[in-house]
Amino acid sequence: MSQVTELQQRALAEIEASGDLRALDELRVRYLGKKGEVTAQLKALGAMEPEQRKAFGQAVNALRDRLNQAISERRAALEAQALKQKLLSERVDVTLPGRGEHRGGLHPVTMAMERAIAIFTKLGFDVATGPEVEDDHYNFEALNFPPHHPARAMHDTFYFGDGRLLRTHTSPVQIRVMERGEPPFRIIAPGKVFRSDSDQTHTPMFNQIEGLLIGEGVSMADLKGVLHTFVNAFFERSLAMRFRPSYFPFTEPSAEVDIGWEKTGGEPGWLEILGCGMVHPNVLRACGVDPEQNTGYAFGMGVERLAMLRYGVSDIRQFFENDLEFLRQFN
Amino acid sequence: MQFNVEWLKKWVAVDCDAAAIAERLTASGLEVDSVRGVAGDFTDVVVAEIETCESHPNADKLSLCTVDDGSAERLQIVCGAPNARPGIRVPLARVGARIGPEFTIKRAKLRGVESAGMLCSAKELGLSDDHSGLLELPFDAPVGVDLREYLGLDDTAIEVDLTPNRGDCLSIRGLARDVSASCRAEYTGQAIEPVAAAVDDRFPIRLESPADCSRYAGRIIRGIDPTARTPLWMQEALRRCGLRSISPVVDVTNYVLLELGQPMHAFDLDKLDGEIVVRRGRPGEKLVLLDESEVDLDEDVLAICDASGPVALAGIMGGLDSGVTDATRDILFESAWFNPATIMGKARAYGMVTDASHRFERGVDPAGQEAAVERATALLVEIAGGRPGPLLLAEEPASVPRNRPVTLRHARLNALLGFEVPKGEVEDILERLGMAVTPGDGSWSVIAPSSRFDIDIEEDLVEEVARIYGYDAIPEAPVTGAVAVGSAGGHRVSLDRVRESLCAGGYQEAVNYSFVDRQLLSAVHQDESCLPLANPLSSDMDVMRTTLLPGLLGAVARNLRRQQGRVRLFETGVVFLQGDRLDEVERLAGAASGDALPEQWGETSRGLDFFDIKGDVERILALRGPQEEPQFKPASLPWMHPGAGAVIELRDSTVGWCGAVHPAVLKALDIKKAVFAFELDLDPALDRDVPFAKEISRFPSVRRDLALLLPNDASYTQVRECSARAAGPLLEKVLVFDVYQGENLKEGYKSLAIGLIFNDVSSTLKDEDVDPLIATIVAELGQRLGAQLRG
Repeated sequence: MSQVTELQQRALAEIEASGDLRALDELRVRYLGKKGEVTAQLKALGAMEPEQRKAFGQAVNALRDRLNQAISERRAALEAQALKQKLLSERVDVTLPGRGEHRGGLHPVTMAMERAIAIFTKLGFDVATGPEVEDDHYNFEALNFPPHHPARAMHDTFYFGDGRLLRTHTSPVQIRVMERGEPPFRIIAPGKVFRSDSDQTHTPMFNQIEGLLIGEGVSMADLKGVLHTFVNAFFERSLAMRFRPSYFPFTEPSAEVDIGWEKTGGEPGWLEILGCGMVHPNVLRACGVDPEQNTGYAFGMGVERLAMLRYGVSDIRQFFENDLEFLRQFN
Repeated sequence: MQFNVEWLKKWVAVDCDAAAIAERLTASGLEVDSVRGVAGDFTDVVVAEIETCESHPNADKLSLCTVDDGSAERLQIVCGAPNARPGIRVPLARVGARIGPEFTIKRAKLRGVESAGMLCSAKELGLSDDHSGLLELPFDAPVGVDLREYLGLDDTAIEVDLTPNRGDCLSIRGLARDVSASCRAEYTGQAIEPVAAAVDDRFPIRLESPADCSRYAGRIIRGIDPTARTPLWMQEALRRCGLRSISPVVDVTNYVLLELGQPMHAFDLDKLDGEIVVRRGRPGEKLVLLDESEVDLDEDVLAICDASGPVALAGIMGGLDSGVTDATRDILFESAWFNPATIMGKARAYGMVTDASHRFERGVDPAGQEAAVERATALLVEIAGGRPGPLLLAEEPASVPRNRPVTLRHARLNALLGFEVPKGEVEDILERLGMAVTPGDGSWSVIAPSSRFDIDIEEDLVEEVARIYGYDAIPEAPVTGAVAVGSAGGHRVSLDRVRESLCAGGYQEAVNYSFVDRQLLSAVHQDESCLPLANPLSSDMDVMRTTLLPGLLGAVARNLRRQQGRVRLFETGVVFLQGDRLDEVERLAGAASGDALPEQWGETSRGLDFFDIKGDVERILALRGPQEEPQFKPASLPWMHPGAGAVIELRDSTVGWCGAVHPAVLKALDIKKAVFAFELDLDPALDRDVPFAKEISRFPSVRRDLALLLPNDASYTQVRECSARAAGPLLEKVLVFDVYQGENLKEGYKSLAIGLIFNDVSSTLKDEDVDPLIATIVAELGQRLGAQLRG
C-alpha cells in the first residue's frame, strides 16, 4: 500500500509543478496512459490474492480518480494562465484615435430651418413650396402691393427685365396655396428669398419661413398663441414676446414681433424676429376666399436670424462663405 | 421723421416725459429709432457779451476778451475763435461749468494770461458740427441767463421709422393726433389765422390734369427783405428736426413742411412767365432742378409750368431758374395737392428722394393747402417783411379725394382680435384719432380725417383700435384645430436621410448664393441656358446658376487656400434652366478634394479617386432600396475628366453625373489639387418604391470564384450582365474582388477576379447543379466578351 501512497505523492507533486499544457499531458500519459504507472498497478491486480486485490484495487482506483482530478484542475489553471498571457500580449493603446472617416455636418441654417419645420409640423402645419423666380403678380400685386407703392421700396428686388423677378419673400406661396385649394389652410412655406442688399445683417439671399392659417373664426389671439409657442419651443426657454403694430400690404392688422433678448453686455432688450398679421381681405378675395366667412393669419420669419440667435453668429455673411472652420463648429 | 418733443407739446397736451412718449409711439406702431437730447450734456453755460477784444500779447491766433456775464465783475477770457469781436453775444462756460460728463472749466493761464472761463462754439455744446467759431447769439439775448433755459435745450429729439402707410405722421400735427390717442392726451392744435392781403396781386393758376393735381393754393408776397436772417428759434426748430437753416424763405417752407406736413415751394415771381399750369410733361422737355441736375420730362411725370415751359417737377423738386435767390424780393408760394399715384416711384426713377416726394407719394392732406399758405405767409412776413397778396386757390372739387364712411362692427372687431374691446374704448380711440364716429346698431360708421390715406376698410379700423388699445392686451390662445397629416412620403427618400448619409461620409453642408458669375458658368461649360439678372448686385453674381458645381468649386478653392488639406462639401438647392420655359430643378451636389481619408495612424494615406466619389453617390442612391441599381455610364461631359467621368442613369433616364473635374476647369478656378464631384437631380434620385418582402432562402449558398482575362475595353457591367443572363435565377449575386492591369498580362488585356454566389429558395445546391451554370457562364463570357479563364 505504501507503494500507492508514494506514487500518489510523487504524481501530485509533479502535476502541481508542471509548467505548461504539454508537460501536463506528458504526466497524464506517464501515469494514466496505457503504459502508465497507474495503469501498470491495475494490471498487477490480476496476480493478487482476492482479498488483497479488493483493497488494492480500491486504492489504485482512488489514486486514478485523484490524479485525473488533479490533472484537470491543473489544466484549467494552466489554460487560464495562458489566456491571460495571450490577452496581455494583445493589449492596445485605447487612447489612439479610432479609424476611418471623420463626420461632416449640417449647415447651421439648415439646422435652424429643420428645427423650425419640425416644430410647426407638430403644430399641425403642412409644408408647401413655390418657385424662386416669380412674377410681379405673385410677389406683389396679389399681395396687395399697388404698382410703385412705397411699400415696394422696402423690398430691394432683383429683376430679370421681362416682368419676372426673384421672390423677395415666401409670401407668394400663400397665394399659390390658396388659389389651388379651399379653406381651411394651415401651411408653412420655407425657402430662399432674395433682396438686393449686403451688409453685416443683410445678404442678397436668405431663407424665410412663411406661415399661413385660414379658417373660420381665426383671430389675432390665435396668431399670438402659435408664435409664442413656436418661439419658446425653438429657443427651449420661456421668452418674453411683444407684438408691435406695423405695416405690410398683405396683412391688416399687422405686427412685428420682438422677443426679450439680452443685449451684448447682459442688458435686457427687445429683438425683432418676425413680421405677421391677419391676412388682408383683398388678398383673400383675390384668391377666391370669402373674408366674411374665413379669416386667418400669416407670418414670415428670417431663418438666418433665428440661426444667428441660436448659434451665436454675429455676421450673417459668414453663413455663405462656406469656411470649413466656421461650419465645423456646428457639427 | 425726426421731431422734438417741445414742438410736439405745442400741439398736444401730453405731460409724460420723452422716454414714455417714445415707448407709446413704438407700442402704437410708430417705431422709435432713437431718442436723443437736442444739445450736449453741459451745465453753467450762460449768455455773455464780449465788450472788448484785443490780441493776446504772447500768441498770434489768440485774443484777449473782456466779457460781461451779467455779474458785477468783468471777466478776462482768452479765446481762439476767429469771429471773436466786441459787441457779440456768445455762450460762456463759467469757471466750474461742466461740459460733457468729465470736462470741467477751471481758471487757467493761457500763454501767461489768466482766463476765467471758455467762450463756446456750437459744436462744443453739441448743437451742431459747426466748429468754425463762436456760436453767435441774437443781439437781444439776455446776458447772464442760462443758455439751456434761453434756448430751451432741455428738449428731446425723437426719430421715428414710419411705415409707408403713415404719411400723415410725417408732421408735428399728424404725430400730435396719434399721440393724443396713444397717450390719452388732449389734442390742442394751433390756431392758424388767415393773413389779410396788403396788395391785390394775383397770379393765374390752371389745373390741366385734375386727376393728378386737384388743388393748388398760392400767394404772392412782394417786397421781402433779402437781407433778413432766420431767427434763432426757427433755426433751432429746424435743427432739432434734422434740417439745416438755409434762408428765410426756404426755412419757412421747411418749417411748415415739418409742422403741417404740406410740402411747399417758393418761386421767384420775376422769373415766372405769365401763369402757372399744372400738366403732364411732354417728350423733349428738359428742366434743370434746384440741385443743378438736368432731367428729361415725359408723359409719365407731372410738371409745374409757366407760359414758357416747365418750372418745377411736381411734388419732387423745383427748377433752378425760377427758384428764389439772395436777391429775390417778390415770391409766389406753391402749396398743392398731388395724387400719390402720380408721384409714386417718380423720384426714384430719377434717382432721388426728396422730403416733398417722400410725403406726396404717401399722401398729403388734401384739405391742408390753404392753412399751409397762411402759416407760411405769417411766418415770412414776421421774419422778412413783405406785402402779401390774397390767397390764391385753383381747385377741381370733383377730383379731390374724400374719405368715405367705413363701417366697423363691434363683433367683427372682437372676432378678429380674439377678445372684447369695450365699446366706449373703441369710440374714444377713434375720436382721438380725429375720426368722425357715428354709432349704429352694434357698429359704427367712421369717417377718417382727410390726412389719413390708410383707412379704407373695416380691418383698417380694427388695426387702429388694436394698436392704440395695445397689442399687449390681445390674449394668447392655445393652439387648436384639426391636424392635416398630408402624405407621409413613403415614395420619397427624405432629404434628411440623404444629408445624414453625406455627413457620415465626412461631407460638410455648404450654402452658396443662387446667382453666380457668368464666367464661372462658362468655365464649367454650363452657361448656355442661364437666366441673367437685369440688376445684379455685382458682376460676380449676375446670372442664376444652372448647376451647383461652380459654387462648390469656389468654396473648395477658398478652403484649400485657407490651408484645409482635405475638403468635402455638399449642397442642395435649386438650379435655373431657361429654355422655352424656366425649369427650377432641385439638385444635390458634392465636391471632394484631398486624401481619401483624413490623415490617421492606422490607414495608409491615399489620394481620392473616381471610385471614392462613386461610392459616395452609390450610398446616397442606395437609400432608394436594393431593387433597382443605378447605371454608371462612361461620358465625356465638358467639365469632367474625359476618362474618369460617368453619367448616372435610373430607369433609363439620366439623373446626374459624377467623376473627376476637368483639369482645365480647375485651372480656371485656380485650384491646384484634383477635385472629384457629383450632381444629382433630387426628384428622380429620391423617388423610391415602398419595399415589399419576398421569400428568403433557408438553404446555404454556394460560391465560385473565377479569374478572368479580359480585353481592356470590356467593362465590369458587361461581365456582370453577361453572367447573370447566362446563369439564370439561381445566381444571387456577383461581386468583384480583384482588378489587375499591367505586367505579366497579355498586351491589351486585364485581369478581373469575380465571385459568383448561387442560391435556391427550395433546396441545397449541389456541385452538379452549379457546375453546368459555371460552364455556361464561362462559355458566354468567352464568346461575347473574349474572356478567358486564367490558368
